[in-house]
Amino acid sequence: MSCDCSNTPSDQPAQTPPPNARRGFMLKFGIGLMGIGGAIASIPIIGYAITPALKKYKNSWIDLGGTEDFPEGETRLGKFTNPNAAPTDGESAEQAVWVRSYKPAQFQVFAVNCAHLGCPVKWFQQSKLFMCPCHGGVYYEDGSHASGPPPRGLFEYKWKIVDGRLLIDAGRLPGLEQSV
Amino acid sequence: MFRTIKNMVGGLLGWTESRSGVITFVQPILTHRVPRDAKWWYVFGSASLMFFSIQVITGILLATMYVPSAAEAYSSLQYIDQQVPFGWMLRALHAWSSNAMILMVVIHMSQVFLHASFKFPRELMWMVGVLLLFCTLALAFTGQIMRWDQDAYWGLGIGAAIVDRVPMLGNQMRNVMLGGPYIGGATLSRFFALHVFVLPGLTIGLIGAHMALILKNGISEMPKPGMVVDPKTYVAEYEERIKKTGVAFMPDAAQRDMVFCGLMLIIVGFLAWYLGPVGPNGIPNPTIIDANPRPDYAFLWIFTAMALMPPQIETAVLLIAPPIVVLFLLGLPLISNRGERAPSRRPGAVVVYVLTATALGTLTWLGVVSAWSPVMDAWTSLPTPVKYLVGRTPLEMQGALVIQHSQCRNCHSLGGEGGLRGPNLDNVGSRKSWDQLVRQVQQGGGNMPAYGKNLSSAETTAVVAFMTTLRNAGAPESTIPGAMERQSSPDQAPKAVVGDVGQ
Repeated sequence: MSCDCSNTPSDQPAQTPPPNARRGFMLKFGIGLMGIGGAIASIPIIGYAITPALKKYKNSWIDLGGTEDFPEGETRLGKFTNPNAAPTDGESAEQAVWVRSYKPAQFQVFAVNCAHLGCPVKWFQQSKLFMCPCHGGVYYEDGSHASGPPPRGLFEYKWKIVDGRLLIDAGRLPGLEQSV
Repeated sequence: MFRTIKNMVGGLLGWTESRSGVITFVQPILTHRVPRDAKWWYVFGSASLMFFSIQVITGILLATMYVPSAAEAYSSLQYIDQQVPFGWMLRALHAWSSNAMILMVVIHMSQVFLHASFKFPRELMWMVGVLLLFCTLALAFTGQIMRWDQDAYWGLGIGAAIVDRVPMLGNQMRNVMLGGPYIGGATLSRFFALHVFVLPGLTIGLIGAHMALILKNGISEMPKPGMVVDPKTYVAEYEERIKKTGVAFMPDAAQRDMVFCGLMLIIVGFLAWYLGPVGPNGIPNPTIIDANPRPDYAFLWIFTAMALMPPQIETAVLLIAPPIVVLFLLGLPLISNRGERAPSRRPGAVVVYVLTATALGTLTWLGVVSAWSPVMDAWTSLPTPVKYLVGRTPLEMQGALVIQHSQCRNCHSLGGEGGLRGPNLDNVGSRKSWDQLVRQVQQGGGNMPAYGKNLSSAETTAVVAFMTTLRNAGAPESTIPGAMERQSSPDQAPKAVVGDVGQ
């Protein structure tokens, strides 16, 4: 480290220009460069971090099985693999829905996620109720709210029948702000 | 021989000291003066730090074996538990030491609040401490995700559903939290990054600041009634007192810390050995809908609040309460930074503390019982008590069967077994008349679903006939005062009761 020559009397004549001017310029120049570099670097950093907020995730039509797998008058569990699944998802890519057939070729496809806070609801054929194990939300067979804290009925998926197969429009976790 | 070794050690120390100055640096820190009366009340901060150190050590070791991939996390935990020598013990230590750390942090904070140690000039120490509390809880929450079992999966679902309720931005925030539009590999990876990089780094930095502030401001004295904090004179007076009566942290105060920390370490080590690791329970496969998710102890009170709050105010409370709590905790020393410190002179603060502690304790206990949750397998696993079947008519027996078969006991208990959501049915015949029972079964109400469409009229009649026999010993059948007395006995009751509920 060089001495602060302005404060100490020195034998040598001051041949170099006072360092403060150049040092001050260098500092400002450095801060400016850092600012520009930081701004450039932060584009990918922030972009990477908030990608899930910007990206539009699409649902896809998923084959749940033949309509004969979901006989009239019953409510059965339909299973499928999430169309948005990534290679590292493992079993969490497996998804389930409750399929209710109430008339020939007429279905209701419910999310298993409770409309209260998303716990898995279970169907009871005998009492024709869906019950949630977390906070006690209960729904009737048509998905409407029966009792407990949920603010609405079960979330429903869009469905269609193509060549005798039941297809649903799925891929996103259902929630209040974006029902399925 | 001994002298040679002593000389060698001395030489080595001198060599290191002359080149690093480490002793000159550490000595004043170790021997900084603390109040003479800083005794057993002051050990909880040290214990929090010790358990955090245990978390760092066990955490690093677990990270050498744990695979943070949604496809392999579960099996890697089973591998650690069953194949790796001491693996289960390490996981147990990590889990129980985390519970102990939360407990120590909460007791430490209680002491500081009750003794008003957050007053001038220690406001920043309190604020940093509050941030450390949030770091601790965030570590606990993200740590529970690392187990990647059903509790973790559905716990994330609950977190996502809460974030989803934020107006306008809810869905975007939820996707950032989950790393995509659903719970999967990306979710575990980002919670892993939070749990092992972001939060520990933040915690270590904040602990450093907390300690630096201790050295700058000194440890507060035990509060005495009448000894008021006045920012104008406090620092000079405190330094004067410490100079006169203070003792060195090492060894005078540190000895108590060590005794307490050693004891706690042995207790937690024993607990870990005795109770074993926490989880992983069920495989995190969302198609297994028999899951019964529960949060860890530290979050049970939130679980309870979500069940018991009136649904109308739920979203508002979820969005408004957390910022208020954070602002209150952080701003506390700014609202009150002078005056009395003794609890006996701050009855308001003591009341606030006792109410908060009682509320949190009660909510936690209610969460353990979780009476609002249906017992999902009660209808298949709990037999009807025989004493309720003795001497019953065929119709009443049929009613008992319908009650069992229609999942009634998921919410109603019989003979002390079954759900607690609805009232027990042991003496329901003493509480409600035939007509009231018919009405309740068919129309529901008071948080009970209506069974009108789900039970045939014959089934309803049978259920009601059975329930009227469930009475306190020797008590008559309940009737509505003034109502026309039913002429027939229950088994001769009208077979069809749908629609007409006895008016």
